[in-house]
Amino acid sequence: MDTFLQQIINGLVQGAIYALVALGYTMVYGIMGLINFAHGEVVMLGTLIAITSITFLIKAGIAVPLAALIGISLSVLACMALGWSLERIAYRPLRHAPRLTPLITAIGMSIVLQNLAMMIWGRNYMIFPPLIEKTQFEVAGASFTNVQVIIVTVAALAMGGLLWLVYRTRLGMAMRATAQNPAVAGLMGVNANRVIASAFVIGSALGAVAGVMVGSYYEIAHYQMGFMLGLKAFTAAVLGGIGNLAGAMAGGVLLGLIEALGAGYIGDLTGGFLGSHYQDIFAFIVLIFVLMFRPSGLFGEKTGDRA
Amino acid sequence: MRLWLQSLTPRALFGLALVAVALLALPFVAAMGGQAWVRIANFAILYIFLALGLNIVVGFAGLLDLGYIAFYAVGAYLWALLASPHFGLHWPFWAILPLGAMVACCFGVILGAPTLKLRGDYLAIVTLGFGEIVRIFINNLNAPLNITNGPQGINLIDPVAIGEFKFSTTSTLFGITFTGPQKYYYLLVLLALAVIVINFRLQHSRIGRAWQAIREDEIAAKAVGINTRNIKLLAFAMGASFGGVAGGIFAAMQGFVSPESFSLIESVMILAMVVLGGMGHIPGVILGAVLLSVLPEALRYAVVPVQKMLFGEVLADPESLRMLVFGLALVLVMRFKPAGLLPSPERRRELAEKV
Amino acid sequence: MQFARFPGITLALVAAIAMIGCGKKEEPKPQAAAPAPAAAPAAPAPKPEVTVKLGHVAPMTGPQAHLGKDNENGAKLAVEELNAQGIEIGGAKVKFELMGEDDQADPKQGTIVAQKLVDAKVNGVIGHLNSGTTIPASKLYSDAGIPQISGSATNPKYTLQGFKTAFRVMANDVQQGKVLGEFATKQGVKTVAVIDDRTAYGQGLADEFQKAATAAGLKVVANEYTNDKATDFKAILTKIKSKKPDMVFYGGMDAQGGPLAKQMKELGLKAKFLGGDGVCTPEFMKLGGPATEGHYCSLPGVPLEKLAKGPAFQEKFKAKFNADIQLYAPYVYDAVMVMADAMKRANSVDSAKFLPEVGKTAYDGVTAKIEFDEKGDLKGGAISIYQYKEGKLSYVETLGGGGVTEAVKDAAQATGEAAKAVAGAAADAAKDATKAAAGAVKEAAEATKAAVEKK
Repeated sequence: MDTFLQQIINGLVQGAIYALVALGYTMVYGIMGLINFAHGEVVMLGTLIAITSITFLIKAGIAVPLAALIGISLSVLACMALGWSLERIAYRPLRHAPRLTPLITAIGMSIVLQNLAMMIWGRNYMIFPPLIEKTQFEVAGASFTNVQVIIVTVAALAMGGLLWLVYRTRLGMAMRATAQNPAVAGLMGVNANRVIASAFVIGSALGAVAGVMVGSYYEIAHYQMGFMLGLKAFTAAVLGGIGNLAGAMAGGVLLGLIEALGAGYIGDLTGGFLGSHYQDIFAFIVLIFVLMFRPSGLFGEKTGDRA
Repeated sequence: MRLWLQSLTPRALFGLALVAVALLALPFVAAMGGQAWVRIANFAILYIFLALGLNIVVGFAGLLDLGYIAFYAVGAYLWALLASPHFGLHWPFWAILPLGAMVACCFGVILGAPTLKLRGDYLAIVTLGFGEIVRIFINNLNAPLNITNGPQGINLIDPVAIGEFKFSTTSTLFGITFTGPQKYYYLLVLLALAVIVINFRLQHSRIGRAWQAIREDEIAAKAVGINTRNIKLLAFAMGASFGGVAGGIFAAMQGFVSPESFSLIESVMILAMVVLGGMGHIPGVILGAVLLSVLPEALRYAVVPVQKMLFGEVLADPESLRMLVFGLALVLVMRFKPAGLLPSPERRRELAEKV
Repeated sequence: MQFARFPGITLALVAAIAMIGCGKKEEPKPQAAAPAPAAAPAAPAPKPEVTVKLGHVAPMTGPQAHLGKDNENGAKLAVEELNAQGIEIGGAKVKFELMGEDDQADPKQGTIVAQKLVDAKVNGVIGHLNSGTTIPASKLYSDAGIPQISGSATNPKYTLQGFKTAFRVMANDVQQGKVLGEFATKQGVKTVAVIDDRTAYGQGLADEFQKAATAAGLKVVANEYTNDKATDFKAILTKIKSKKPDMVFYGGMDAQGGPLAKQMKELGLKAKFLGGDGVCTPEFMKLGGPATEGHYCSLPGVPLEKLAKGPAFQEKFKAKFNADIQLYAPYVYDAVMVMADAMKRANSVDSAKFLPEVGKTAYDGVTAKIEFDEKGDLKGGAISIYQYKEGKLSYVETLGGGGVTEAVKDAAQATGEAAKAVAGAAADAAKDATKAAAGAVKEAAEATKAAVEKK
């Protein structure tokens, strides 16, 4: 039982991380119907910028909490700027282009950002400075840390905040209107360009927060960390129904749980044949099954019949 | 076919002859810069295969496929298993290649069947997952029964051979010395020409028009009596079989296959070739494949000399700059040529109307 | 009509690009074809200069780029030292030049790069880093008759292909896995969990370890797997914890190993951690932090500190690159030196001429006394076990490849060699042979001691 509980905790935390990143994908997708393939790199840059600034500040003799606050804000600001420029450079000019074109620019940007990061931060793995004292709790034989609790809380808060933003504010209303029909929204006085840009900026800010969380959980960072993370988060977003905020959250947590429980139990259930070496595909198999019966994901609204 | 030839003007005929001469001379011209260039040309042709195969799915039928590399992997591993010391089998190529195409074709149907209802990005993620599933299975099927030899890969794979004539070694024919890569080049050109002809015939056949109809409007296509399910499956199957053949040749050329060669990023690259060149337009796709496979290699040679010329010294190390330039090129081309470098005429028209 | 026209443009483009390539390639060529070194010895005053090109291949981009850079640094250091020495071979002053290439750890890129090096007529190749790229590339080098020495490809298959050109200055996975298995047994461990990262290296090493461990009577209670891009290992570690093993063996690299050790501690998994050369790095301790304390890993050869040239090498490396040695740099350094040594002995830089000499190498390197067996593998293949203590690798013991008898034989041989060396030193009492001899004597003594202890 303690093993089971531990696996649930493992899955939950991993899932919260996927969910945080997935929210960024879904934010952009919900409005423009575009997969921002470079979002994983935004998360990576968020982590690396936070590492550099926090380490620098701590070395300069500033108290850790203050250094962390400044470092995180810096990283969030930098990622917001990055998100904004990504939209301007790689996506806005292509808004009326064939649907796959922005996908390719996104891949191109992703390669560019990765290599830039490699040139700036080098090829080595980096250590994320500890921001808070890690304390360990034990419940019924399963252990977890305060960092894990913070991650889950931040993910839940981020989702709540976004829901509030989209459904309770003027900007949110403009976003929903733009998602429905940009042209008509424009006629109603919504500045579609600004709304879309703000979606990118908010998504990227979330990416930076996710980056800091990932960094302080695993305590390492690397210029290639964004790719796998982005991929998993994207899977999570689709699982939950891409474009749906609650769906992204649910998809992320579900994906984390599937991976943890899959690695933990499927091996024994299949006599060792499908062991943890198949960990990465359990999620895909579940995804395929879900999509066979619900072609728009768990929480997705039925999309129209346009591809 | 004859009719088509007769309809050519003398000028076009001259152009065709020029192309033929260029194709024949290329490996020798390239060899002046070293055999590496012949090898790069060979990989470019392999990528033409793959891009054209994917073009059937993405370009003709409009189904976004991010796991195309799986079929390439299936073809490569089939060849590796049937013509290497791993199982002690040494089948001839004329038996394996068609079999590879067929097996890949089956995999295409397996992928297609559960995804028929899906569209756009949902389809993309499922196909991506499928590609990963195939790779991970190949990577892990060394236990309990050793089928693929797992991450160690399969080594000492037989080259393509006709009787005693092996494609991997240097030999002299009609007084001209051909190196291994050069012989493979001619084989690949022949196969590529066949693939290109098949693609042109497909595009303008009933099936090709049915694909186009599905791409433009699936419901309308259904309404006019197209069996969308079968036609979609056919697209997956046809596309996959090209991948299977390419994979077989890849295994034979390399003499070694391991799961590392079939990662997701390869699928993404092939998709980039199709889109960058001009989706659904065969010459465009060919151009895309050639450009994207040659560009990173050309940059390998160019980055250091160019830096030396501009700044007098090497500022950034060539490896990182190479991929940086590559990524920038992707962004810039799509930014200024959103429909690809050589879009099909109808696409160009559509785009012109929109703006 | 379009059919005819567009492919035309495309192909013309290919040809054009290819020709651009040719144009650029032309310049270095004359150098490569430069004076046949076998020519007239002791030429008058202005000595001819020969450029010897050594290819070096490792992934410089991607997840293993930090190791790739480390390898290249090792090679760079060796080349610079060789040039500073002003070696003369065949009467000509030799200038070594390093051609560093990136194979992205991708087998396909590996063969393209290999072909590029073959075209450039390099005299020898150092690398590649990964077994996955080394194996397909070795065929090209073998066909071209270019000697290849890898400082890090540990997959046994590399030297089992029957190529005369393939060498490595590092123990292979079989040798290492076996020693690790023996070591685990000696620690009084009863049950062990095995994790590998599903790469050619990790899986190969873990398999060999498991074979040796089961043969020695250890019980493998769990086989778990991860991948070389993973950061989260909690799911598999939780499962392992429920099986309560005494030891966890990890076949894989430091970038995953460090976090893995850390997460073991977080989950309260108290088993000892044991890994191969891939985790025997400063990077592992950096990433794992205090969680690595007390765990074990192994490295082929004898520790740098124990070898005459070791500490000096560490200092030189640090001074030159302002970075710590990651992993394989000393082995790559040795690989370059072995290559140069073979050229010296053959008195030729021509690949065909000095290739036979590579096989006959008996070179006192930074990492080990390097001799090759008939396959091209490192002879003897001693493996040292280290323990992580306070952020440092502390030496535990060296285990020979083949049990007590062989160790004794090795010791005897080493003593003999030492005697010979002493004699040599007496004969021409000039050079620093004395130092080498002294080192050899020490080595011999140690080996004897180890052999006795084993009994």
